[in-house]
Amino acid sequence: MDWGFIFTTSLSSAIGISSIVFCLGAIGLNIQFGYTGLLNFGQAAFLAVAGYGLATTVTTLGLNFWLGIVVGMAATVVLALLLGVPTLRLRADYLAIVTIAAAEILRLTLRSVAFKDTFGGSDGLQQFSDAFYNLNPISPGAYDFGPFKYNEKSWWVIIVGWSLVALWSLLVFLLMRSPFGRVLRGIREDEDAVRSLGKNVYWYKMQALILGGLGGAFAGFMLALGQSAVSPDAYATNLTFLIYVVLIIGGAARVFGPILGALIFSFLFQFVDVVLDQAVNTGVITFMSSTQAAQVRLVMVGVGLMLLMIYRPQGILGDRKELQLDAR
Amino acid sequence: MPDESSTAIQRDAAVAALADLAREPGVAKPDPILIADNVVRRFGGLTAVDVEHVEVQRGAITALIGPNGAGKTTFFNLLTGFDKVDEGSWTYNGKSIEGVPPYKVARMGMVRTFQLTKVLTRLTVIENMRLGATGQRGERLLPSIVKALWRGQEREITERADDLLRRFKLDTKREDFAGSLSGGQRKLLEMARSLMVNPELVMLDEPMAGVNPALTQSLLGHVKDLRELGMSVLFVEHDMDMVRDISDWVIVMAQGKIIAEGPPHEVMADTRVIDAYLGAHHDQSLAQIAVDEGLDVPVEILEADGGDQT
Amino acid sequence: MVHWPVTRIIALLVAALGLLGTAAVVSAGPANAEGEAVQGTLRDLAGAPVVGVTITVTNDSGFEDSDVTNAEGAWIVEVPGPGQYSVLLDEETLPDGTTPPTVNPITTSADPGTPRFINFRLGERERNVQTRWDRAAQLSVEGLRFGLVLALAAVGLSLIYGTTGLTNFAHGEIMTFGAIATWFFNVNLGINLIGAAVLGVITSGIFGWVQERGLWRPLRRRGTGLIAMMIVSIGFALALANTYLIIFGGASRPYGDYDSQAGIEFGAVSLTPKDMISMVIAAVILALAGLALLKTRMGKATRAVADNPALAASSGIDVDRVILVVWITGAALAGLGGVMLAMTQQVSYLMGTQTLLLIFAAVTLGGLGTAFGALVGSLVVGMLIQLSTLWINPELKNVGALLVMIIVLMVRPQGILGRRSRVG
Ligand SMILES: Nc1ncnc2c1ncn2[C@@H]1O[C@H](COP(=O)(O)OP(=O)(O)OP(=O)(O)O)[C@@H](O)[C@H]1O
Ligand SMILES: [Mg+2]
Repeated sequence: MDWGFIFTTSLSSAIGISSIVFCLGAIGLNIQFGYTGLLNFGQAAFLAVAGYGLATTVTTLGLNFWLGIVVGMAATVVLALLLGVPTLRLRADYLAIVTIAAAEILRLTLRSVAFKDTFGGSDGLQQFSDAFYNLNPISPGAYDFGPFKYNEKSWWVIIVGWSLVALWSLLVFLLMRSPFGRVLRGIREDEDAVRSLGKNVYWYKMQALILGGLGGAFAGFMLALGQSAVSPDAYATNLTFLIYVVLIIGGAARVFGPILGALIFSFLFQFVDVVLDQAVNTGVITFMSSTQAAQVRLVMVGVGLMLLMIYRPQGILGDRKELQLDAR
Repeated sequence: MPDESSTAIQRDAAVAALADLAREPGVAKPDPILIADNVVRRFGGLTAVDVEHVEVQRGAITALIGPNGAGKTTFFNLLTGFDKVDEGSWTYNGKSIEGVPPYKVARMGMVRTFQLTKVLTRLTVIENMRLGATGQRGERLLPSIVKALWRGQEREITERADDLLRRFKLDTKREDFAGSLSGGQRKLLEMARSLMVNPELVMLDEPMAGVNPALTQSLLGHVKDLRELGMSVLFVEHDMDMVRDISDWVIVMAQGKIIAEGPPHEVMADTRVIDAYLGAHHDQSLAQIAVDEGLDVPVEILEADGGDQT
Repeated sequence: MVHWPVTRIIALLVAALGLLGTAAVVSAGPANAEGEAVQGTLRDLAGAPVVGVTITVTNDSGFEDSDVTNAEGAWIVEVPGPGQYSVLLDEETLPDGTTPPTVNPITTSADPGTPRFINFRLGERERNVQTRWDRAAQLSVEGLRFGLVLALAAVGLSLIYGTTGLTNFAHGEIMTFGAIATWFFNVNLGINLIGAAVLGVITSGIFGWVQERGLWRPLRRRGTGLIAMMIVSIGFALALANTYLIIFGGASRPYGDYDSQAGIEFGAVSLTPKDMISMVIAAVILALAGLALLKTRMGKATRAVADNPALAASSGIDVDRVILVVWITGAALAGLGGVMLAMTQQVSYLMGTQTLLLIFAAVTLGGLGTAFGALVGSLVVGMLIQLSTLWINPELKNVGALLVMIIVLMVRPQGILGRRSRVG
């Protein structure tokens, strides 16, 4: 087995496009779930409306790229309002079910034949990212930085993506150290108590949903631009679950939680894949095929999420003591 | 009593204002802060609250007592907007606040605490307190990003919070997570926090439940102080000592209805009140015998039986 | 705090899946593409297989391959890798009297490692021109059937929620478990489907027992919060579904018996005997479950626990035992639901995952935590899904049901039969 290769591909993957997408998505989810306690299980829908908002504006309507970005963000806000108005008054578990249902409604609608002309059916939409790559100052070619090997397009995505991560993390830091963040954390603990102190809890939850949704929107933009395509099945519920995994690995309600979570998750996900693949190909593992080996990864994600939630629900950055307070 | 002299002025005024009222349910008060009319709340077949008319006097300490399940907490929930009435209307400071959401009720100065304490466990004690202050600039989304905009206000709030924490003997717990407090300390924190809102009418749902006797004395002092500071207090309590000690007026609820009103000593001797209490308890053999034999010990019975059952 | 080693969870997971593991080893037989494929089963409106039709799959880079539907109407084309494919049904090869599909060719994308299922919707047979009312009647019966399937799963989900507070995202996987276990008994061991289904349902019950004893009860003992448990169940669902994928494969496979029965016509409604029988069985079992809840000691205890666990415990009810019984019966019912579902749409590793949201919709509609609410909610959702296809494109039928759920929640946040929880 080629361990050098295994480590370089895994490290590359840790900073790659999917890691950025998970990270931005988890930053948004952190605002909603980590700080405010909103069980948003429809984060994939926020990524989808942003990506599709951009792609539809540019590809279907033939309009300007930046207008597409604006449309994507506006669509995210609209989705947050649509989701929030009926659900934010509901109990937490109802919110989870409604958001997951809404995300599925959106996906089924996007991939339907009825709207094929607009959203491209199950094929999705392509050819909307030229304006983004035209801004790329890096001249064509492959560039290696230590273990990280990417071409100029990928480096451009990576630079823009991690810059966005930095900006969003700064925003979250500023918000959460302020009295605004205190209200959000109060709502997470007990919204009736916060209500009894004269705070408009509903509106705060709405703001958290919108802000977190916008985090998801940037994840959606990066996913769409990174792949130069949007396709409905990329936004299935599993995407939301993976974003939860990322957030929980790093530590919910921690500014750096999503970043650490995304790096570790993306590294491990790739690492396991390559190791198993090599093990099968070099005959170290004989009892499964390489397709099965790839599927083992998702089993491991599931079991990993269970073990994490049971033994280290606070993630890597969290404070065990703080979480145990619940158990009293 | 610790500060007997300082509490005397307002108490005397309150007692004087209420002295000549008729001792009947729903009697009109000279200066009511809260008036409720025909407030009804049903849960399926059960009518939990059915209050025809009740008024709460401004500047006084009013106790709301009644057996378990009488509907006191539900009545609190209705008045503060946490639950929706089936019928009825009520005014606070002359304004109808029916259908007003809880947060607006609180901002208008009517602040309640909860029977099952609601401290924010994963916030520190001081953060719990700070959260209580209203009108914070830093609680709005955009200004919150720039610390300079709210730093000054935060300092004032913190001073006020520290002051209250000292009064409630929680200053040593300042930086602890509220979740690490004991049950009694949580009650104290919740009460102190509600004062951060600068309320006009404080509604306390069983503030003494689970608080140790030594602390009860100082808490009683705090409640009396509230009256001295011009606030009105409406509280639910099963501890008859406390009710007798600090309340100027007592309202008795049973099975959703107001069945009696009056100054503490008179109400506690009222046979309807005694019946309501005894009727609602199961393990009443001793008390029952006492009543059957016509013994004149109603107050003590109430203390013994009502006091510990929270 | 109870000490609870990691090894125990792993051991139990392995134990629970061991049974399926054997299934995988034995089941090298039927056509199963490991990897990307495009496949489907061609049936007419009555559900009878359409035999001998040529289906061709192509892509832009020159790939072309075709297959002819077999006696079950099944066809499969293995494709070189993930990507876009165009699937064309040769209308010349359709039997006389069958109208061609409305969409032809169908464009699709193959995902890595999994087959893509394509359904050509064949129009109605010409001799049987249906009126709207006829279709409504047919769809109502199908809706009732689907509602019963949902109800079998929803009752357990709802009772588990009521007694433990757990929102179990892995409930769909119990359905899949029942369906796959039955498939194993039926196809691998050659037991007749009825016997296999009985065994499958029993195994599902055991699976429920294992879950409760091995996972959920220890978690409750540890004081794990409800939201944390919910996320644990998501992890469990992911792990289970992908384990099924590994050992059962990505293909849909039919049971060995009664796979293609001809429909019997009752006026406008056409039903296969297996549908009728399974509907009756489901209805009877649901009725029995309802009666048991209302009349038996255990049923009353269950409702007491769902109502107020602390009070129930203090009045002498063995809460843990009640919960265990709920898990066993809930899982057995869900397993039966899985078998019934597989009889119409074949066994696949994702069948439960795909149904979960509809079960949630049913349970939520009825009011979380009430068994009878779940029953009502399921029938409503089942009917709604089928009848909505009178007006909307069938590919959007689930959208309609999910939307209705959201709208109902706006009007009645506690669901149809639920109660509001108290404040303060
Ligand atoms: N959400 C609810 N659903 C159904 N019944 C309720 C609900 N809330 C309260 N009740 C019922 O209404 C009645 C009044 O309850 P409430 O909590 O107001 O009593 P209380 O006077 O505060 O009693 P305690 O002194 O024990 O606190 C009780 O019989 C209770 O069971
Ligand atoms: Mg009460």
